[in-house]
Order: sequence, then C-alpha cells, then structure tokens
Amino acid sequence: MSAVRVVLVLGYVFLYAPIVSLIVFSFNASRLVTVWAGFSTRWYGELWDNDAIRGAAAISIEVAASAATAALVLGTAAGFALARYRRFRGRLLFLAMVTAPLVMPEVITGLSLLLLFVALESWIGWPQGRGIATIILAHATFGTAFVAIIVQSRLAAFDRALEEAALDLGARPWKVFLVITLPLIAPALITGWLLAFTLSLDDLVIASFNAGPASTTLPMVIFSSVRLGVSPQINALATIFVVAVSILVVTASSLTLRRPQR
Amino acid sequence: MPYASEAAPLVSVVGVTKRFGEMAAVDGVSLEIARGEFFALLGPSGCGKTTLLRMLAGFEVPDAGRILIDGIDMTDVPPYARPVNMMFQSYALFPHMSVRENVAFGLRQERVAKPAIRERVAAVLDLVQMGGLGDRRPHQLSGGQRQRVALARALVKQPKLLLLDEPLAALDRKLREQTQFELVRIQEQVGITFVVVTHDQAEAMTMASRIAVMDRGRLLQIGPPSEVYEAPNSRFVADFIGSVNFLPGTVRATTDRGLLIASTDAGLLRVAGAGATPDGAEVTVALRPEKIAMSRTPASRHDNQCTGVVREIGYLGGFSLFRVALQSGAVLRVSLPNAERSAATQFARDEQVFLSWTSGAGLVLVE
Repeated sequence: MSAVRVVLVLGYVFLYAPIVSLIVFSFNASRLVTVWAGFSTRWYGELWDNDAIRGAAAISIEVAASAATAALVLGTAAGFALARYRRFRGRLLFLAMVTAPLVMPEVITGLSLLLLFVALESWIGWPQGRGIATIILAHATFGTAFVAIIVQSRLAAFDRALEEAALDLGARPWKVFLVITLPLIAPALITGWLLAFTLSLDDLVIASFNAGPASTTLPMVIFSSVRLGVSPQINALATIFVVAVSILVVTASSLTLRRPQR
Repeated sequence: MPYASEAAPLVSVVGVTKRFGEMAAVDGVSLEIARGEFFALLGPSGCGKTTLLRMLAGFEVPDAGRILIDGIDMTDVPPYARPVNMMFQSYALFPHMSVRENVAFGLRQERVAKPAIRERVAAVLDLVQMGGLGDRRPHQLSGGQRQRVALARALVKQPKLLLLDEPLAALDRKLREQTQFELVRIQEQVGITFVVVTHDQAEAMTMASRIAVMDRGRLLQIGPPSEVYEAPNSRFVADFIGSVNFLPGTVRATTDRGLLIASTDAGLLRVAGAGATPDGAEVTVALRPEKIAMSRTPASRHDNQCTGVVREIGYLGGFSLFRVALQSGAVLRVSLPNAERSAATQFARDEQVFLSWTSGAGLVLVE
C-alpha cells in the first residue's frame, strides 16, 4: 500500500469512524452505549413506539418540505436574475445578499430572524408567536441561497442558442421556458430542492431560535434527550437519519455531476 | 406595400446600424437579397456579419434602419412571428428530444395536424438523408448527422428565408467540402432563399451566388464570387478573398491600352483597363499569385517582366507556392500548378528566375 493510500484510509477513518460506531451500536442489545452485548433491532422497535420522536419527525419533514419548496421558487428566481441579467444596478449587492446566508454563522441568522419575527408581531400582529411557520420561513431563507447558486451555475453553462432556436421555430417566450429551459435545468432544480430539504432537516440552531411550543423538530428532540443521557434509541434514530440524508445527498450530487447532454 | 412582385427583393436591409456600447457592430449597412438567392455574408470574426444575421432572425433589434422581408417591415417583429428560420452554429438541437421531435417542434408550434406533421418530418429527414435515424437522441449522432438534423429542423417550416450561421464550421475538412455541394443541392431543390454567414472565403465562393464582404461593421463589396475575386474594390477585399501581392506605384501615363505605372519594386507596370486615375496618382497594383508566370529564361511575349530569386518553396500537391524576392527586396508570392509529376522540382531555392504577367493580370486599386 502506498503512502498516499495510507493517508487516504486514515482520513476516512478520522471522518467516518464516529458515524460507523454510532451505526454499529444502534444494533446493540445492551442499554449501555459503550458495551457490546450482541445484535438486536430492539431500539428500532422502541423508537417506532416513541410518540414524541414520531411527532417531531413529522414536523421536521413538513418543515423541510415546505421550506425547500419555498426556497426552490425564490432561489430559482434569484438564480435567473444573476445568470441572465449581467448588468443591473446593485447586481453585486444582490449577489452578496443572496449568498450571505451561506457564510453567515447560524446563531446570527437564527437570532436576527427571531428578532425580526418578534418585531413584526408587535407591528402588524403577524406571525402570532413562533411555531412551524416561522421555522419554515427561517429555513427558506438559507435554502434560497443554495438553490440560487445551483440554478445560477446551471444557467451559466446553458446554451442560450437552444432557447433562441425554440423562439425561432415559433414558440413564444413562456412556452420556451416551459418546454426547453425548465426540462433542461430540472436536474439543478431537483438538486437544489433536495439540498434545501436536507439542510432544513439537519438544522438545530436556527430552528431552536424560531421554534414555539408545538413545533419541536427532530434535531431539537435528539439534542434535548442526549442531555439527559444517551439512549440507544437515539443511535437508531441517528442511523436512520444518516441513511436518509446520504441517499438525498448522493441523489443530489449525482444529478449535479451528470453532464448536460450535448 | 403588403404584397410583393417576383422581381422585388425578398430582403431589404436599409441603413441598419447596431451598437453594443460604444462599438458599432453593424454600421449603416444597406443591401438587398433576391428571391431564391444563395447569399453569403463573409468577413473576419467581429466584422458584424453574425449581428446582421441575428437582426434578420429577430434576435437583435437595430438601433437605426429598417429590415423588410417580402415587402413587410420586420424590424420590430419578434423571432417567433417571422417567416424566417435559422440554423445555429452550435446546431442547438434540443437534447431532451429525439431527432423526429426536434424537427417536428416548429410545426407543433404552428398547430399543424398530427398526420401532416408526421408526413412533413419524414419528407424533410429524407431530403437530408437522415430518414432512418428519427428515433435517435442528438448525443447519439455524429457531427455531420447533427448538422443535417439542424438543417432539417430549419427547413421543415418552409420559411421564406433560411439563415445559416457558420453551418460547416464544426465539420472536418473532408466532410465540409462534401456538405458544401450538398447544401447547394438542397437549396436548389427546395427553392428557399439562403443567407449563410461564414469567415471561410472558399466556402462562400463555392456555395454562394452572391457574396457580401464585411469588415468592422461596414459592407465593403457585394457581388458574385468571380467579381469579388477578380475585381475587388479595396485592398481589404483583395487580401481577404484569396491571396494577393500588392505593388505600390505612381501613375505615369494613361494610354488606350491601359495605365503605365512606375513601381519601385518591379519597374514600369502595364495594367489594362482605364479608370479615372489622374497621372501622378499614388496607386496599388493587386496581383494574384496564380496570374504570374515564372521561368528560367526571359519570356518571349509579356507585358510585364522582372527578375527575382526564389526564397521559399511550399509544395501543396496540386500546386506549389513560391516566395520570390525582387531586387528591391519586396517579396512576390507566385503559385504554379503542378501539371506534370516532375513539375514540383522544376525550380530550386536561391535560383534566379524571370517573373512575367500580362496587362490583364493586375488590378489598380486607388486608396
């Protein structure tokens, strides 16, 4: 084995050993997380019967799906503005504002949104308290940034002659968008939606800031229960999470990597 | 004028200017294209030929001037409402549609009945010899096949005017030559007026019935290939179309057989044809390499003759190119056909030779 291989393997171990051990111990028969006592799927069964976790999972999926859909619409519009209108007043500012949530610390994003929602409530009476709606809005905010960047880069590589050819053959602009542009950037749209969905599903910090009494998301349940001691149920839940997120991310990146057919 | 007679031009471009920022991409161009013509817009890259084509298609709106197609003002008509179709340089085939769907796209926009679409698509695919490949996707086709599909897609709506943007640029040399003749055959068969944009002068001359030469947004000359080649109206056109030697000189006398021009490089030159060139005017004589004869001994009959030394020889198979240095130091390009197999080795490097040409070979350019 060459030196490069050794370094590579060490790198993988460093990155993935914690996750692998988590997955292995989710099948542990013992209540103790650190002692192996044989294979069992008992914790998955108990997880299924845990209403708090099932409820939180339902909320998380609802939030993630709504936020990703909102982010898809807003992010696609922003991506088009950035890719198609090369010169307009404040383009640089717009680019910076769209991409800022990518680098903004989550604590800042979460706190600023919380302050905004509180202020809005006292001014216009909406949103009334915090709950699922505010988390969706908060997640849509940073999801939009990811969708915008993905759509913009896809459009940058888009051959405008395809749209011109469709116009030339008699299709009106909206028809061109529907039958030429949209199908050809569909992989980017799916990727963007999946990414926004995954990020929303994973988020703890921003959700915690903007959550209300009846809107505890899955990461929040995990985090609070771990503070009371790690239950193997959480291992099982985390395993499901890892598998689900991996599937989404792999799907998303394989769609992105697929070369546009020429 | 809502209708047009057969004699009226199909396309009238009247004083069209298009600016991108400060630069005028097309600068006051006027031209007319007749029905059924195979018209070529020729020029170096950045000369404005593609911008002019895009204005004919409706993708750019001129800043000044009008564009009339079949007598109707089309200047502000969007591309989807023009009786014009375009074949794109990149072909722009829709990658998510089959060949047949690509070709049918334009007819579907017109809401042509399904059986009629099927019939017309099949006919046009046969015309471009792509009949058997209707179910393929564009990425499953070779470059030459894609070119044919792009052509079929542009032809199927039977436009009044077909625009072709560098139609052969993406093909390799052998295929390009073959496709040139193929395009001419198809054009004659369908009778649609073709306007082709190209930077390749050989391509333009092979295919087009008339050529418009452009440079830096301006139209320099317009005419049949032979006229543009044999009677260019400027140094630029002479140099851009084919290869040419320039001999600067001063007009000494005007005789009934032409002009006598004193050249510092090649002595007194006799050039046939009279122009309104006063004695003493500074002119340039343009002389094509293939119109110069080269020999070891002085030519017996000639109007112009000078001596020189062969500096370089380029053997190109069908003919050879020589660079001959005159006594003044100026270098003339001479091309000789290799009529016999031994012809290529006829002249050696550094050999003293006599160059001669008739008075009808050169052309006086006043600039």
